[in-house]
Amino acid sequence: MQAFTKLNGLVVPLDRANVDTDAIIPKQFLKSIKRTGYGPFLFDEWRYEDVGQPEMDCSNRPIRKDFVLNQPRYQGAEIMLARENFGCGSSREHAPWAIADYGISCVIAPSFADIFYNNCFKNGILPVVLKDEEMDVLFSETESHEGYKLDVDLEAQTVATPSGQVFTFEVDDFRKHCLFNGLDDIGLTLQQADNIKAYEKTRKTDAPWLFS
Amino acid sequence: MAKTLFEKVWQQHVVSENDDGSVLLYIDRQLVHEVTSPQAFEGLRIAGRKPWRVSASVATPDHNVPTTGLEHGITDPVAKTQVQALDSNCDEFGITEFKMGDKRQGIVHVVGPEQGLVLPGMTVVCGDSHTSTHGALTAIAMGIGTSEVEHVLATQTLIQKKPKVMRINVDGKLPQGITGKDVALYIIGEIGTAGGTGYAIEFAGSAIQQLSMEGRMSLCNMTIEAGARCGMVAVDDITIDYVKGRPYAPTGETWDKAEAAWRDLHSDTDAVFDKEVHLNAVDIEPQVTWGTSPEMVVPISASTPSLDDAKDEVQQEGWTRAFAYMDLKENTPMQAINIDKVFIGSCTNARIEDFRAAAAIAKGHQVADNVKLAMVVPGSGLVKAQAESEGLDKIFTDAGFEWRAPGCSMCLAMNADRLEAGERCASTSNRNFEGRQGAGGRTHLVSPAMAAAAAIKGHFVDIRDWQEAGE
Ligand code: SF4
Repeated sequence: MQAFTKLNGLVVPLDRANVDTDAIIPKQFLKSIKRTGYGPFLFDEWRYEDVGQPEMDCSNRPIRKDFVLNQPRYQGAEIMLARENFGCGSSREHAPWAIADYGISCVIAPSFADIFYNNCFKNGILPVVLKDEEMDVLFSETESHEGYKLDVDLEAQTVATPSGQVFTFEVDDFRKHCLFNGLDDIGLTLQQADNIKAYEKTRKTDAPWLFS
Repeated sequence: MAKTLFEKVWQQHVVSENDDGSVLLYIDRQLVHEVTSPQAFEGLRIAGRKPWRVSASVATPDHNVPTTGLEHGITDPVAKTQVQALDSNCDEFGITEFKMGDKRQGIVHVVGPEQGLVLPGMTVVCGDSHTSTHGALTAIAMGIGTSEVEHVLATQTLIQKKPKVMRINVDGKLPQGITGKDVALYIIGEIGTAGGTGYAIEFAGSAIQQLSMEGRMSLCNMTIEAGARCGMVAVDDITIDYVKGRPYAPTGETWDKAEAAWRDLHSDTDAVFDKEVHLNAVDIEPQVTWGTSPEMVVPISASTPSLDDAKDEVQQEGWTRAFAYMDLKENTPMQAINIDKVFIGSCTNARIEDFRAAAAIAKGHQVADNVKLAMVVPGSGLVKAQAESEGLDKIFTDAGFEWRAPGCSMCLAMNADRLEAGERCASTSNRNFEGRQGAGGRTHLVSPAMAAAAAIKGHFVDIRDWQEAGE
């Protein structure tokens, strides 16, 4: 997995609450059996005038010019601002795959849906939770300054603005460790194989119906 | 120390604890479907890993399967690839799969309980957010992402942090015609779609105990729509009776031992919750959503809200966008809204009891002229067979409904069953997000009886009037 340590990146503001994973990547793209290639279809229904289909060439599709991702000033964004409950709905990991494939590796919001939040860490994306007032500062500064960039530092758990304001965020130690080092947690868990076997042995005696 | 139901089941599954408070949680059962598993199996292959315990996982295709013209197989080549990938992955790794054509095939959340694959006290996962359904059987049941599907296949565990626990008490007697679906929508209307974020929910109180197992499944199914990853109901006779005799349920002496253990699966009387919510059953009317989020819900007797009622600017903006998308105005009586299509099905409401309730309404009536399509899609081959043996299919088809083969169908419109742009649907599914049932489609979530009544009248109606009038 791609590690996340520090990022100085262009910011795109998505000023909507309750953005669901159906909106992030519509269902027709769930038919793929790959992990990559979803970036061009990120927010497909909001981004294009027509309806996208898997594997189509997006370079000539009619775009919705007013959608924020389509505005020239936000091209190449690596950080996305969002509002409350971002990533709610379906558990599809295609949502973070699409976000990462598009080139965004940090999403900052006042709150995230649980499954989406989890899925981000498995895909090299850092989800940052900031307070509502801090979000308001970031939204208004991003919108008023073209080329607005933020400094995100996972080790220090900070987001710093160009004017030098620093906001701190929380992240679990274990998730931080894995993301910082790009570690695959299956490998880590398998180091505990003996514990898992011991657990199974006891449970087989206590609750045999779980193993039939 | 007094424990909550959730804590009891959780503690029985902790393999080890990490320094940061997260645990390695043992997973008893993994349900697998075609959409979220191919990349997980691919991951196993690339890493040269084998499933840790093959018998813990059971698969069935559901999201992509056609619900009509099965004799032609799957015609959409991309969907076909995905279903074939599931078949070959299950064959390669030795995982039991109820394939297309098997009577046991169906929506994974209908099939699991039906087969007794989900038992009280289990930890259950599936790469699907509506795994919360299985909490009705007193399991800790969580939706997970594809990376976690791979993690569970490879290690039979998940790294998890213990959520906070919320108890939602619904007390009193549920009024006539109020189902688990209405209770679910009512709760979401009260606490909001993020109200359960970070929590595991226990549904309790006399109204919940009155719900049948099907009703509890509809309720727990929609826990995810309240933002919580899992919801559960304590074991009682209804649970035990439901599980007994199912194909994968224990028998004989093991059954007795299991039942004794299951009887302890309830919160201790003085258990402390991180949050408690109290609601009264008598306040619950049949519910209808008007907007593009399940929390945008009102009782059938009410109207769409007025923008002035929004609690803040963010909500007002959300409502404004929802009104535009749904092509509705403020203060429109719900019963004045005409519909184009009706969908009775999905993992929320495609069980036998749901069809009995819908058929009781449809019997002897005709689908209204303005309704272009009214479809009934069973949750599994066994539900279909049961309904047919009771003659429900005949009641539906006589009334002008289409009777289909099992699958997710128009719940998420991955197959040919979908709304066209601008079409309005009364749906028994669980999500009314923009484009969920087809790009530009407009979804109103309701119970099966409410959907059937809407099909007959061509607009939403209050099912309580219907029942009183004895129509
Ligand atoms: S019926 Fe709908 S919600 Fe349920 S598993 Fe299928 S697609 Fe998901």
